[in-house]
Amino acid sequence: MDVKTWTFLIVGLSFALYIGIAIRSRATSTGEFYVAGKGVPSLANGMATAADWMSAASFISMAGLISFMGRDGSMYLMGWTGGYVLLALLLAPYLRRFGKFTVPDFIGDRYYSNTARVVAVLCAVFVSFTYVAGQMRGVGVVFSRFLEVEVNTGVIVGMVIVLIYAVLGGMKGITYTQVAQYCVLIFAYLVPAIFISIMLTGNPVPQLGLGSNVLENGVPGTVSLLDKLNGLSADLGFQAYTDGQKSTIDVFFITAALMVGTAGLPHVIVRFYTVKRVKDARISAFWALLFIAILYTVAPAVGVFARTNLLETIPNKEYAALPAAKSEGGWFKNWERSDLIAWVDKNGDGRIQYTDGKAFVGKPSFRENDQGEPLLGKHGERLLANEKTAGANELYVDRDIMVLANPEIAGLPNWVIALVAAGGLAAALSTAAGLLLVISTSVAHDLVKRTLNPAISEKGELWTARIAAGGAVIIAGWFGINPPGFVAQVVAFAFGLAASSFFPAIILGIFWKRANLYGVISGMIVGIVFTSSYIIYFKFVNPDVNNSDHWLFGISPEGIGTIGMLVNFVIACGVSLVSKAPPAEVQDMVDRVRYPRESLESADS
Amino acid sequence: MSGSTTEQDRARYWRKNLSWLGALLTVWFIVSYGCGILFVDQLDKFKLGGVPLGFWFAQQGSIYVFVMLIAVYVLVMNRLDKELLGENSK
Repeated sequence: MDVKTWTFLIVGLSFALYIGIAIRSRATSTGEFYVAGKGVPSLANGMATAADWMSAASFISMAGLISFMGRDGSMYLMGWTGGYVLLALLLAPYLRRFGKFTVPDFIGDRYYSNTARVVAVLCAVFVSFTYVAGQMRGVGVVFSRFLEVEVNTGVIVGMVIVLIYAVLGGMKGITYTQVAQYCVLIFAYLVPAIFISIMLTGNPVPQLGLGSNVLENGVPGTVSLLDKLNGLSADLGFQAYTDGQKSTIDVFFITAALMVGTAGLPHVIVRFYTVKRVKDARISAFWALLFIAILYTVAPAVGVFARTNLLETIPNKEYAALPAAKSEGGWFKNWERSDLIAWVDKNGDGRIQYTDGKAFVGKPSFRENDQGEPLLGKHGERLLANEKTAGANELYVDRDIMVLANPEIAGLPNWVIALVAAGGLAAALSTAAGLLLVISTSVAHDLVKRTLNPAISEKGELWTARIAAGGAVIIAGWFGINPPGFVAQVVAFAFGLAASSFFPAIILGIFWKRANLYGVISGMIVGIVFTSSYIIYFKFVNPDVNNSDHWLFGISPEGIGTIGMLVNFVIACGVSLVSKAPPAEVQDMVDRVRYPRESLESADS
Repeated sequence: MSGSTTEQDRARYWRKNLSWLGALLTVWFIVSYGCGILFVDQLDKFKLGGVPLGFWFAQQGSIYVFVMLIAVYVLVMNRLDKELLGENSK
């Protein structure tokens, strides 16, 4: 069977599974819709959290990013998993004990203010939409690449699937679908990694394959894989893979911003509301990180494998001699047809020179004739309209394709390639569903029930939640089809905002009884204004000076959220101290969040 | 509020909770920011298998430690909960 048939088969089966699960676990009350009736076993919740957490970016893009950034890519590995530690230790157990449905609920009650609640709702909705647009785009890319349909058709199919199980099943449906999606995505990630690890090093454990020696004629040789990769990189004029390029202070602050930003992601926090007791919340946090770590420790190995294979197969090859048909290992030309690889023959020798530096300015824009057919150069390569750079590099490879193309580059069987497509879809859909639920809960519960119309009936609230989920899917799909050109900047923005706004407010709310409304609000405002003006200045207003000479302390806009967070903490503490302490019932509420509930029950009840 | 535990018990519970958090987060900081970022070049002089040690911490080692940190946290908190509730109510 060819790749396309396999892909239709595997993706079709996985979709049927998700919908089947959703129909079996329909939500009948708001409690089931928002938090699955708080009856999810901790192991299942761990898997669902892992699937929720690992987005299309984790599955599709991360290993590719690491593969191109080398050691600097560690900031994503440590940032995203380290942020999870903060979440599990500092936030999840306490918010679970608080026992309401959402983070805005906590903010609103702890700071005794509906304004604070609404601000928190807006932040949660903004962060969620930013994320969900990326997931929908990921769905579209996988569809277009593997099933050869339009990106937009892919987005719409993805929308319909999510619509069915999110609107029908709410959190209950999503949870059990996410369990299935975790299994699909981790299997799809591991199988090619194990295959390639065995091919390169003979070690079936990819995590260990990273540190093994390369096979020579089928037996382990004397050169370690990383030494070999560093050697290949040096020969072609790249920096050593195990060295970093960014300054230490910048890596430090970006990692911190990613950690703190991740810890505040609303769709992950809400997962801890779905288990019975605080104890279960803690245990499921452990399961979730264990399941996440399986993928996150394989990703750096995949990055090394992919980089080694790429540097061994492409540089200095004759373009015309590369196979064209997909069935003959023609992955290079295949991805070129998908606009994700581009080659410009600068010196006219017909060979692909690959070295450090950009081949041309910007993303590839391919030339077409009046009929919309691609214009080809004399070796058959697609011609580009981009301005060439002065450097010797002739090759552009999109970072996102490394995971998707890896099985093809290594020449793995067709079913493995199809499996990767299903895995990418599982990762994107599970995260999208979790985010859509946050949006619908925020609107139906925090905005309508708690603020606008407290008299709404249970049934009315459930329907509002369903309609909000449906509306959110449609808006998200629209963003997926018409992605704003500044997605990457917006994501940096979302992390920076989460870091400099939410995180200090929640932490202070739990750990410092004296923190009051005035302190936290002024802290959030200063934090947000500082962080967003820094990002807007360097990304939009004056991008020409976006380099380390002009940055504050050499910290890039990606890492500035950390400073914003520190500023927020200082202001919030200062203002709280000089203004009135929060009312007694709020301080009692903090007690309820800190201690096990049984310890506060009166002795005679 | 007349709880089934005394105020002192709860204060002690919270103090222990905070000191465990402090200890766990110190380890968290050392393996990620310390070994993976600040001292990565010094550690790279040593090798673990075929991998420079600092690079290993940055890409894999810190994540293994993170998982262990949460495991320790689960065990410790279960014990603290039992200590607090066991003395008076059970």
